[in-house]
Amino acid sequence: MGLDLRWPIGLMFSLIGALLVIYGLITNSNAETYARSLGININLYWGLLLLVFGGTMLALAWKGSKKAAEEPASKEPGKSEELTARR
Amino acid sequence: MPTAELGFLDYAILIIYVAFVIGIGFALRRYMKNSSDFLTSGRSIPAWVTGLAFISANLGALELVGMAASGAKYGIATCHFYWVGAIPAMIFLAVFMMPFYYGSKARSVPEYLKMRFDERVRALNSIAFAVMTVFASGISMNALAKLLHQLLGWNYNAALWICSAVVLVYVLKGGLTSAIYTEVLQFFMIVLGFAPVVFLGLKDVGWWGAMNHSLQNVALNPAALDLGTRAYPADAWTSAWKPLLAGPTANPMGVDWFAMVFGLGFVLSFGYWCTNFLVVQRAMAAKNMSAARRTPLIAAVPKMIFPILVIVPGMIAVALTSMPDKNYRIPPPILSEEVYSKAAGVVKASAEADPATAAKAVTEAMGKKMNAEKVTALVKQASHLSDQEIKKGLYNAIAEYDYDGVILSLVKKYCPTGLLGLALTALLASFMSGMAGNVTAFNTVWTYDLYQAYLAPNKSDQHYFRMGQAITVVGILLSIACAYFASMYNNAMDIIQLVFGFVNAPLFATFLLGMFWVRTTATGAFLGLFGGIASSALFHSLTIAAGNAPGVKGGYLAVKQIFPSEMAQNFWLASFAFIVCFTLTLVISLATARTKTDEDLKGLVYSLTPKVKVEEKEWYLRPTVVGTLLLLCCVILNVIFR
Repeated sequence: MGLDLRWPIGLMFSLIGALLVIYGLITNSNAETYARSLGININLYWGLLLLVFGGTMLALAWKGSKKAAEEPASKEPGKSEELTARR
Repeated sequence: MPTAELGFLDYAILIIYVAFVIGIGFALRRYMKNSSDFLTSGRSIPAWVTGLAFISANLGALELVGMAASGAKYGIATCHFYWVGAIPAMIFLAVFMMPFYYGSKARSVPEYLKMRFDERVRALNSIAFAVMTVFASGISMNALAKLLHQLLGWNYNAALWICSAVVLVYVLKGGLTSAIYTEVLQFFMIVLGFAPVVFLGLKDVGWWGAMNHSLQNVALNPAALDLGTRAYPADAWTSAWKPLLAGPTANPMGVDWFAMVFGLGFVLSFGYWCTNFLVVQRAMAAKNMSAARRTPLIAAVPKMIFPILVIVPGMIAVALTSMPDKNYRIPPPILSEEVYSKAAGVVKASAEADPATAAKAVTEAMGKKMNAEKVTALVKQASHLSDQEIKKGLYNAIAEYDYDGVILSLVKKYCPTGLLGLALTALLASFMSGMAGNVTAFNTVWTYDLYQAYLAPNKSDQHYFRMGQAITVVGILLSIACAYFASMYNNAMDIIQLVFGFVNAPLFATFLLGMFWVRTTATGAFLGLFGGIASSALFHSLTIAAGNAPGVKGGYLAVKQIFPSEMAQNFWLASFAFIVCFTLTLVISLATARTKTDEDLKGLVYSLTPKVKVEEKEWYLRPTVVGTLLLLCCVILNVIFR
């Protein structure tokens, strides 16, 4: 199929990660919120981790699409009708 | 019991996930041109995607909820489902069986059975499978809607229909590809959603060593926490093999090593992972033979470390329950607000009564086993307490557990707004993809193995494509109907699952003989399978697990054998059915004439199939090398946690 799954995975986790980081920063001084998570601002740290994961996926997808574009036989993977051989 | 409050951010995360899975469905819509695109993904998907989908399809929410429950009930021995069961079976599938499934060009497991044997075997397998998938998806949807209702206060009907509608949209648009892609999304969601909960839980109990220490104390006297009636050796919850080797009385599962290795490891796990079309379909959608064989191997890597995510939470829950200062208990069975109000009234009214009578009255009002000491203490203080406090006291005094609530109770304990949304989305995602997995397997088997084979052969491909889409809608509606059925007749559901157990137990024997012995005949396979099913029903009617009354749980004809636990009964039943099916197939095959020539069976039987040429130069792409390495890792894990 022509859709490189790394795009949606990367986008979704970057988005969720960004939301968690922003929320974590806003609520950073609010000790009551983080009493549950043992005093750790888990939203901030876990959000950062999700951002890194999402970013890595996006980078891989971008690299993949560039590589596919360089090969003359196949078109841009997101639009390609052919079955692009990709691992 | 207060329900968890979801914040705006939690809903936002949930909505983002739903938007992405539906978006994937729409993005794939333009690739859906014929029935093969829709039902088998046109065999075009890269191995890492099918590999992750392979475990995701199995990682429905019942698996998540159930494994955590078993982790609490049986401790680390639950890992046998992974390290003795799943991993060796997945490696066997990759190395030995995948060449036949993929190489035969069969579109489904029943179709392979038709090629190898005949229509009778296919019909038996496909009808049983179609009915089973619909019920499985219904049962799991019912569990989801109930859980959301009880713990988040969501409306049962709304939860059921909205989740089903989301699944319907993306499966209808993108077919099997959509289901597989969203399963990969779900895989990452589960890992990234539950990992922080496990991290916080482990930190709270004082990491691995401290957790094991408390579990050892629990094992010596489980009765103190109402976790069991008798004492076990200290390592009952913390060692995987030692309690097993010490015999069924030394471990809370009540199983001996032979039933574990042969019954679970060989018969049940190989039967599930190697012959269940729900998972095998993922590998069959891979883009080439090499990718198809790598699919289960790629899946085996995360599967091997999954116990950290799904079993350890159960162990954390038991450790927390044993620490009074943590203010946590494994949730009791959920009771309605009316029961609590009524029981609170009884508590107040019995202030003057003597302790024994009061405890009895309260127990009656609650309808559950109660901890007498706690009830007595509560009755004594009742006059100083508010209604709310009395209800809380009653909640804490229930001496029974609803182990299925373990996962959600930990999520609620540790997750602040934000992380809560992530963890709940992971749970919802697993339910939805479980349903999608069942529906996509169902529509393929229906369209190719029942509709095209028996009802309407020789139609145009567009006809089957439209049938595939139509049956997707029907399949989802049937699942919803089953969910309502399950919510109304709990016992009927138990019986249905039992019958499926009978059908599945002997199946692997048929495949094993069919794939590796040319002489196996269609009649032998068909009658052997029937004999296996009949013998497992008979076995069940004559045996029972200790503590159960004869009836649905077995022993309704006569009680000839009592097993220490239901699990032991199950494992022995499977072993018995396997041996009967194996022997019958063998004997009948020798007595009947072959109907298929060697030429017919080329590509279907091991000895008649040219060995798959391994084109990969890199060692890490060769199934046998990777399989051996994975098996070695699995053995090492077993040794470490022995």
